[in-house]
Amino acid sequence: MAVSVGSEPTAHEDHHHEQSFWSKYVFSTDHKVIAMQYMATGVVMGLIAGFFAYAFRMQLAFPGMDVPGFGIVTPADYVSLVTNHGSIMVFWVAMPVLLAAYGNYLIPLMCGCDDMVFPKINRLSYQVFLLSAIVLVASFFVPGGGFGGAWTAYPPLSAKAEYNLTPLGSSLWVLAVALEFVAFLLGGINFITTAMNSRAPGMKMYDIPVVIWMLLIASILFMLSVGPLIAAAIMLLFDQNLGTAFYDPNRGGDPVLWQHLFWFFGHPEVYVVLLPTIGLTADIISVFSRKKLFAYRTILYTAFGTGILSFFVWAHHQFISGIDPRMAHIFTVTTLLISIPIAEMMFVYIATLYGGSIRFTTPMLWALAFIGEFLIGGVTGIFLGASGADIYLHDTYFVLAHFHYTFFPITIIGFYGGITYWFPKMFGKMMNETLGKIHFWGTIIPFNFIFIPLFFLGMAGQHRRIYNFEHFPELATPGLQNIRVFATTALLIMLSFQLVFFYNFITSLRKGKKAGKNPWKANTLEWTTESPPPHGNWPPSELPSVYRPPYEYSHPDREEDYWPQNVPN
Amino acid sequence: MIIQDWLAQVSTYAGSIDDLFALIGVLVGFWFIVSEGVFFWLLYRFRAKDGVKAEYITGEEKHQKRWVSWPHYLVLICDIFIIYGAVTVWYDIKQDLPSPDATIRVIGQQWAWSFVQPGADGELGTADDIATVDELYVESGKLYHYQLEARDVMHDFSVPVFRLKQDAIPGRVITGWFEPTTPGSYDIQCAEICGIGHGVMAGTVIVQTPEEHKAWMMANTPQVRDSISIAANTAR
Ligand code: HEM
Ligand SMILES: [Cu+2]
Ligand SMILES: [Cu+2]
Repeated sequence: MAVSVGSEPTAHEDHHHEQSFWSKYVFSTDHKVIAMQYMATGVVMGLIAGFFAYAFRMQLAFPGMDVPGFGIVTPADYVSLVTNHGSIMVFWVAMPVLLAAYGNYLIPLMCGCDDMVFPKINRLSYQVFLLSAIVLVASFFVPGGGFGGAWTAYPPLSAKAEYNLTPLGSSLWVLAVALEFVAFLLGGINFITTAMNSRAPGMKMYDIPVVIWMLLIASILFMLSVGPLIAAAIMLLFDQNLGTAFYDPNRGGDPVLWQHLFWFFGHPEVYVVLLPTIGLTADIISVFSRKKLFAYRTILYTAFGTGILSFFVWAHHQFISGIDPRMAHIFTVTTLLISIPIAEMMFVYIATLYGGSIRFTTPMLWALAFIGEFLIGGVTGIFLGASGADIYLHDTYFVLAHFHYTFFPITIIGFYGGITYWFPKMFGKMMNETLGKIHFWGTIIPFNFIFIPLFFLGMAGQHRRIYNFEHFPELATPGLQNIRVFATTALLIMLSFQLVFFYNFITSLRKGKKAGKNPWKANTLEWTTESPPPHGNWPPSELPSVYRPPYEYSHPDREEDYWPQNVPN
Repeated sequence: MIIQDWLAQVSTYAGSIDDLFALIGVLVGFWFIVSEGVFFWLLYRFRAKDGVKAEYITGEEKHQKRWVSWPHYLVLICDIFIIYGAVTVWYDIKQDLPSPDATIRVIGQQWAWSFVQPGADGELGTADDIATVDELYVESGKLYHYQLEARDVMHDFSVPVFRLKQDAIPGRVITGWFEPTTPGSYDIQCAEICGIGHGVMAGTVIVQTPEEHKAWMMANTPQVRDSISIAANTAR
């Protein structure tokens, strides 16, 4: 049961009163509504970032063309589109959807409590986040246009308007990022406190579902790593607007300082977005293979191990940035070591399938696709962590393809996996399976056709953030151009299949079959309440208690192949 | 699937980078194929069938855990090979600089490359230095040190056929080396975003045979060049 802290009682006294639209949907403190707000904002931002990808991929495939819906992509447009595509996807899609939306929705429901511990802080967190998104979008329309110095924003380029030519755009970009961090710091406090203090009676540490653990570890990683970057961002704002010289080598500053602070955050950040998807994949494969997760504790230990190691690998992004060459050895070792817990995690997931009774529902397909595709991202990362090979590969399309093989499974596959699995709980209706599968294959197949070719372009020496390769004879060959056209065509196909998802979403919402409490026959607590759950999640007298771990599927002592956590025996 | 299929090797160390890439490719390729193979086989083998209930396996017991712990020790062994390869290649290219036959300066700025090389006296910073823009003329078989600088923002001096890449940092001079092998003209790319002109910051490195290079030096050494143009003017 939730501990009563501060504002808690007031927040819940009013759930019997009629609520106005405003207090119910806009200024709500209900974790489920806040989750939806985060998700909707994340999806809208995702559409913007996807549109940017469309615009710059069209330019690469057909240089100089008048891109339908965008127009001519000038060199300045190009760098700005790339920068904002990357920034949005990481900070305004992956973070809000995976961490904030799923975290907000699932933590109280899967821990069996009525809301977050600090509902008002939670609401504030979303409001700050929304503000950050508005600031970022506004930056595209100011004189000079949006920032174009890459999502990594290395100074001196990012620090001086005379270099980046976006005096307002670059400051607004930094401001938006800083606000976004504030939002997630506020959210993180809530996640950690709620999962640690408000679990249902009987829910011990090892009874917590993996997805909750992962959201928790992700929040901790975020909170531990973001401090230095907030300091760095403020110094950057000062350099931009007050004429300080933290990063200006001509006046005693050091531009490489930013890179250390950025990547000290940036690498753990990869795991901040990875872990929620790792977690929901575990829950989904367990349910649909009707199997207990293989070595639950090992999964937790590997996640802790990864989290700790992730603080010691950052300079693998800086091998060739002029750091002392001896340092590269240390970071090569730590980077390759981190492959071990991650590989082990993948092995554990694969081992879970052994002896299962596997049902290929839409959410299961997404979860399996995550494993299959993320493996490609994982193994290609080894090439880049090996300092000697990174001399050549750094900042080529090989890197780009590698990290899209991690980020795309994490963000897009993770989002679809989660939404197709919890849609019945969130909205009380089932989604259409046929449309779900069409959308799945229509996304996964073109996805590989976009990014596999980009590995080869990278091996051929093609570098990132270049709007047109005609100035480079080695890259301007018809053979390589055909590969670019191929990748862009696959992107167009993939984008068009997303309409199937939105169609399915809307029609299922309106006409879908009723879901009932527990359509997937799952064990975790969110499936013990109504779909959708009422304000307060359970009637106060029916808050669940927990009697066993979350993955007791196909237990030999039971007739049924599942054993919900809240059933006494 | 290997780098040299996509791009020629034109420096003495290009081969060692490509070999490292191939080594990693073989090791992780093996793991990748095994993992995906087992994964798809399990999906097929354990698809839901009527009346067949899933097994109950905790995975917490020793004889079960071995199925993941052994592979993970094997991954560790592969990692050791990869680390060894990475460290030696890195050491040879970036850490241990062999002594040079010549030293040149490479300067990046928004959005051009400038190069300075010593004239006949073999010394940088003297009157016979030869300066060029966007074109770097070097001699095959000669070991060069470069001193890399940036005037404004970060750039990155990248010559893909050499497998050479090094960030240029304003306020620092970073020294590295290369030794070209096959004569020809090759791309220089700026590999660190440097503003809206980043995509046009192209250069060319022209690797010449010793004879060609000598002739080029003769024709371009400042005093010589001036006297040639004077001669040309008087002839006209
Ligand atoms: C919808 C499919 C996507 C496509 C086709 C796509 C394509 C691309 C391409 C081609 C670039 C590089 C452009 C260049 O350097 O010239 C890029 C950059 C990037 N993308 Fe994506 N992307 C997609 C989805 C995502 C997702 C889901 C994420 C992360 C969650 C992401 C994160 C990034 C980042 C961080 C960059 C680097 C931006 C920079 O260089 O500053 N992308 N994307
Ligand atoms: Cu990293
Ligand atoms: Cu440049």
